[in-house]
Amino acid sequence: MNAKTADKLATGIIVFFAVLIVAILAGLLGIILFRGIAQIDWHFLTSPSQNMKAGGGIGPQLFNSLFLLVLTMIITIPIGLGGGIYMAEYAREGKITAFIRLVVEVLSSFPSIVVGLFGLLLFVNTFDLGYSLLSGAIALAIFNLPLMVRITEQSFRAVPREQKEAGLALGLSKWKIITSILLPVALPSLITGTILAAGRVFGEAAALLFTSGMTTPPLDFTDWNPLHPRSPINPLRPAETLAVHIWKLNSEGVVPDAKQVAAGASAVLVIMVLLFNLVARWFGRFVYRKITASKRME
Amino acid sequence: MQTSTQPRFGTEELSVFYGTNEAVKKINMEFPEKSVTALIGPSGCGKSTFLRSLNRMNDEIASARVAGRIWMDGQDLNDKNTDAVTLRQKIGMVWQRPNPFYKSIYENIAFGPRYHGTRGKKQLDEIVEQSLRRAALWDEVKDRLKESALSLSGGQQQRLCIARALSVSPQILLLDEPASALDPVSTGKVEELIIELKKDLRIVIVTHNMQQAARVSDSTAYFYLGNLIEHDDTTKLFSNPSNQMTQEYIMGRFG
Repeated sequence: MNAKTADKLATGIIVFFAVLIVAILAGLLGIILFRGIAQIDWHFLTSPSQNMKAGGGIGPQLFNSLFLLVLTMIITIPIGLGGGIYMAEYAREGKITAFIRLVVEVLSSFPSIVVGLFGLLLFVNTFDLGYSLLSGAIALAIFNLPLMVRITEQSFRAVPREQKEAGLALGLSKWKIITSILLPVALPSLITGTILAAGRVFGEAAALLFTSGMTTPPLDFTDWNPLHPRSPINPLRPAETLAVHIWKLNSEGVVPDAKQVAAGASAVLVIMVLLFNLVARWFGRFVYRKITASKRME
Repeated sequence: MQTSTQPRFGTEELSVFYGTNEAVKKINMEFPEKSVTALIGPSGCGKSTFLRSLNRMNDEIASARVAGRIWMDGQDLNDKNTDAVTLRQKIGMVWQRPNPFYKSIYENIAFGPRYHGTRGKKQLDEIVEQSLRRAALWDEVKDRLKESALSLSGGQQQRLCIARALSVSPQILLLDEPASALDPVSTGKVEELIIELKKDLRIVIVTHNMQQAARVSDSTAYFYLGNLIEHDDTTKLFSNPSNQMTQEYIMGRFG
């Protein structure tokens, strides 16, 4: 076989795999949306789920998922930013840095169900937070932190070194350089990465089964006092999320339309995650243009 | 140590190590006022490393260690008690590749002075205009100060970087091959600028281009393998070098 044929063959194989990946994604999306889209209407998205009879919606679950995401991000973003900036700008290569990196990597490869069990033991039981949004948010934060640290570190490392040196040569302090010169340049990829991580959190179920729980109290959407047990924003109430709801319907659902509700909920979940991805890209580009005052992408 | 060995601005026995490798070896050099000193030599001879150590830029490289003294007005800049952040304000630097901030043209210049305490809009406007004028860029950008610095051409970006360095009123300007990534016209502009700027500043320039060194500098130093081989008036060094190695390098026999 001569070089030209080998090249053609290799190109063919590579293209085949690329197309295969796209086809798998398109197939999956197609099936989920095809099966679920018919279920989705305003009533389905807003009304509470049913335990025994048909016709339940996913309103509380959708709200829980979004609210839990917000809580998780409130915990994750500051810690992740701090850790990532430390790794990118302050840590000197050495045993301690290598050890921190190892810990982050091990943590990121932890099975989420294990994180969930850890959350059950520590937050739910020992700290007595019970099955609650707070327990779930902390568990998800643990699950999400390694990713957030890595996103931050990579975003900062991707900023050209010359930017930092230019700041140093002007007599700027390190902190000023990080916040005013590096952060704006890193921000678009930071935002994109964060939203993508949010998408992963949004679809997570296993870490939540034993932390935020599998039930939701009847919510009163007119009560916004976070201390009331029926208030949607009470962080100490149990909260079944969309992904957990799908799992529960499929494994132990007794409502007659469990299959349909699960299909509809799956479609909603997939659409949300897709939205996260699209918004992440668009918003990252938008912020880049705002910050650099440039009319074109570099 | 006698005070007579202290140059107003210069180095005394300055060495730079990367790990155990001595990249720059015990350099004694003085940079006179209102003059341009060119550092020449083949790649890897240590001239850029030497330049970077003058404003403690090598602090940022974990494996680098700088020994010896850097004198400026009787102060040893390499002393560990000298605050590198404040001294860098007095020693500006421009690199081979233009590195404007990802900000507007105006912000690129105003950023440093504002950080160092100039707050008034009027004063900042003045600094921006003055710095851009000194860098011979004002006429080209005065109507588009709010636009991104990244929208400028490479040559303009480099002059913007020079203007940015001037914005914090440094006493010394370090130029690390400032024209090697530019086209001939932009190079000419940068060279004119260097000659203009030396009226108020000490300038140290690293260059690969010997014609450039001959055109812009008052004195030239030839580096080889981390050693300072010869430092003399530019005309003298290029016409009648005292060292055989310098002779061979400028005749183009190696390097």
